[in-house]
Amino acid sequence: MPRLSAETRHRVRFELNGRTVEADAEPRMLLTDFLRHDLGMTGTHVGCEHGVCGACTVQIDGVPARACLTLAVQADGAKIRTVEGLAPAPGRLSILQEAFRRHHALQCGFCTAGILMSLDYYLRHHANPVEAELREYLGGHLCRCTGYAPILAAALDAAEKFREASANA
Amino acid sequence: MKPVRFDYIRARTLAEAHAALTNGDDDARIIAGGQSLVPMLSMRMARPTVLIDIMHLPELAKIEIKDHAIRVGAGVRQAALLAWPELTECQPLLAAVLPWVGHAQTRSRGTVCGSIAHADPSAEIPLALLVLKGAVELSSQRNRRRVAAEEFFTGLMSTARKDDELIEAVEIPCRFAGHGYAFHEFARRHGDFAIVACAAVARTDGVRLAIGGVADYPVVRDFPDINGDALDDALDHFAVDLDARDDLHATADYRRALVRRLGRATIEEARRCRA
Repeated sequence: MPRLSAETRHRVRFELNGRTVEADAEPRMLLTDFLRHDLGMTGTHVGCEHGVCGACTVQIDGVPARACLTLAVQADGAKIRTVEGLAPAPGRLSILQEAFRRHHALQCGFCTAGILMSLDYYLRHHANPVEAELREYLGGHLCRCTGYAPILAAALDAAEKFREASANA
Repeated sequence: MKPVRFDYIRARTLAEAHAALTNGDDDARIIAGGQSLVPMLSMRMARPTVLIDIMHLPELAKIEIKDHAIRVGAGVRQAALLAWPELTECQPLLAAVLPWVGHAQTRSRGTVCGSIAHADPSAEIPLALLVLKGAVELSSQRNRRRVAAEEFFTGLMSTARKDDELIEAVEIPCRFAGHGYAFHEFARRHGDFAIVACAAVARTDGVRLAIGGVADYPVVRDFPDINGDALDDALDHFAVDLDARDDLHATADYRRALVRRLGRATIEEARRCRA
């Protein structure tokens, strides 16, 4: 790649929720703003904008990461998954999203997209999550409404549903 | 806030990265995982004119054992080192420290060398490098050199790296038979910046204790094999010498108290772990 100049916009292309997308970005553009403003994907929220709150967490090449700590140009060629990619079909929630609804694991919903992207990854890799480890993992997110207990309950419930689903598969 | 404008170079070779650092007209910075640099950019505490991305250089993405040390390349993410199967066997202190570095959601992108380059006073990886007597490998277009951790950290977020140099790798010594290792940290929330972090290496003839989060950079001190009041007194001197300051997170007094108590607990645990 040649030197991308600061003053001009450059083509950035990556896979977003299984579909190739592209738009132009200045080198300084954060992935959060690129997703929201240029691709119109506003499910990813912007909170603290310095990596602390976790609201903007997406999956980059399969692992949870802060979109606000990633430049759009760094994401060129990557595989990105956002909260818009979670529901299996329009009008249907994923097992994890359904558990969040049942347990009132969200109130204002600002932090929810990021937490879902983290937990989606975690539960895929930990079929039997331990509550203490889940707590530590959730430490990467701030939620000012729920007090976290309903989020933990939803995650543990979703894990059980995942186990049932894979036993029946 | 948003970063100031900068050019971006995705380096294809190490030589290309070195050349980009050498151009005197630029205020160039290396970007690897970006987990420390991007917040600095967004807050405009860093205002480089060009960023050089080194994450597409496969030769930097290696973890290898060389001369009884773990050599971690500049492209190795913290999560990759934490997942390295030989980690606990090779260096238990590093295995204890890494889960405290940021959160899983930042370790997935953040690099080991990036944390060392950033040199935050409360960062865990610089602390571990210092207590274990590790070294930093720097390279530039004109030369290549190796700097001991004790000479590398020179001030608040300041290091011995010159403007045209990049950190190519760090060398973290493997465990030694008969040495015990321990790490403790106090923070308000797991993954937040440490208010005080302690790392200790216990030998039969003494103990080496490093403290992070108090002074402008991690500080290490060697103690003889002392116990009881003598150890308390020595830790008290150390705590006072660190020149703690009050800030939003804790008072200087509180930090000194943590150095005495958590420091002692860390030393005692390291001694118990001597195998």
